[in-house]
Order: sequence, then structure tokens, then C-alpha cells
Amino acid sequence: MLLIQCPYCAVERPELEFRYGGEAHIARPESPSELTDEQWADFLYMRSNPKGVMAERWRHVHGCGRFFNALRDTVSDRFLAVYKAGEPRPDIEAPEPTAPNKETGR
Amino acid sequence: MSEAPLYSAAGDTEAVLAAPGLRVSRTRPLARFAFRGDPAAAGKAGAAFGASLPMTPLAANRVSARAALWLGPDEWLLLAADETAAAIAVGMATALADAPHALVDVSERNVALLVEGEGAERLLNTQVFLDLDPAAFPVGMATRTLFAKAEIILWRLGDEAFAVECWRSFAPYIEGLLVEGARGL
Repeated sequence: MLLIQCPYCAVERPELEFRYGGEAHIARPESPSELTDEQWADFLYMRSNPKGVMAERWRHVHGCGRFFNALRDTVSDRFLAVYKAGEPRPDIEAPEPTAPNKETGR
Repeated sequence: MSEAPLYSAAGDTEAVLAAPGLRVSRTRPLARFAFRGDPAAAGKAGAAFGASLPMTPLAANRVSARAALWLGPDEWLLLAADETAAAIAVGMATALADAPHALVDVSERNVALLVEGEGAERLLNTQVFLDLDPAAFPVGMATRTLFAKAEIILWRLGDEAFAVECWRSFAPYIEGLLVEGARGL
């Protein structure tokens, strides 16, 4: 089971307490009525789906109830950073593949 | 250490399970509130309530028969055994008149179970997946989490005593799993 650090509770909790919230840092357009259908569809549906580091929203739904953002490596499924909603995305590159951490086994 | 003047006065708990080194009981009704607001409102609420609202994550503050549990950065659970919910609500509404907040009476929504005894940790860990070792979950810590599929608020009252706050409709499910789990200990 994944352990996820909640930036509000400041503890690691099992994945079961969380809900995935899709890609982070997607701002709703200021005036949707001025967009073309293509631009609106782009906002609604198009996601980056990278192989590597992805910024995504998570909600600690069975804990403090807060949304926060996380950087996760979609190759290794490791969380590289968590940060509160509204904070800028940390500048972190995907680490070189390494042996699992001896302490956490991940 | 079931010192709770909050959850149980003498003789008014109802046993669900009694085994050597293990006791699960239903507690008496309490006045309960879900409070939401910013830190300024929380400060005023604490002064009016009589137990200050903790600002530290996962903390609980207990003052005799009242307690305030941190649930989120702007959310607390307030418990009181010494006054009716209506009377508390009136007092707090007056004190918080000019501070935006939400104070919701959830007295009828929640019930609490006390899980006590040397086997309490192991019994809870049959369905709660948190590390309940005192080093990771010290006395006084309170958190919302899951008990199997039911959401609970778990509060460590003592070395061998926990309170499990849950929605009343989930209580039979949780009691059933506790009784079932105790058979396997």
C-alpha cells in the first residue's frame, strides 16, 4: 500500500485515506464564454499524462479533508514531494532509478 | 486510565464486549459540534467553549468535561458532557456573532465507543491501519481515519484507552467487527 504524506496533518497515511483528484495546476479560464469550443474542450479534457514526474491533486478525504498537490513519478509510483494547495510546484526532476529505500522499502 | 468524566460517569456506559484485558463499551450521549472557521474564529470559539481549539495537527484539548479535537486546518469537533447542546450553541453564537464560522450540532449524528485494556491497540488494529504504537500515536492524539469501511475519529485517551467516534448508523457495523476481531486475538 502506498504511504502518502499529508502536508496539512504532517503525517504519512495509507493511500486508503486519500482520493485522487486529477492533474494539478489547471486553472479554469477567466471567461469561458469567450473561448472557442476547441479551447474549452482542451481545458475540460486534455491532460498531459506524462511518463515521469506529474503534478496531481489529492484529497485527504478520510483525514483532514483537504486538497493538496503532489509530485509523483508515474514510472516508479513514488511520491517526490507534497505541497499545500496554492503553493508553487517544486522544481524536482525524476530521480535516477535506484534500489528501494532500505528504511521504507519503497 | 479511563478517567473520562467526558465519556463516562460511573455506571452509565453499556458494555459491548468484556474479555480479559479488553473492554468495549458504548458511552453516554454528549453534546457535539462540528466547528469550522478561520484561526481568529477558532480562538473566539475556544474562549466561549471553555476548551481552546488546538491549532496543532492531530491534537486534542480536554478541559474536564469538555474537549476540542483538531480535525483539519479549519475544522474541529467539540464535545461537552456538562451542558445541553442548545445552551452551548446559544453561548457560542453570541461570542462569535461577528466572526464568520459554522457551528453545527451533531450530537445526534455521532456516538462513541470506548475501547480499553491491554489488548485495545491490537483489537483496533484488526481494522484500523494506523500505527498505534505510543511512539507514533501518543496519548492525546486524535485523528479522522477509517475503521474497515467506516469513517471514525480515533482519539487516544490513555495508554490503553481509545475513544472511537463514529456516525450512529455505523456503530452496529463497528461493534460487530470489534466483537469479531476480539475472537481472533
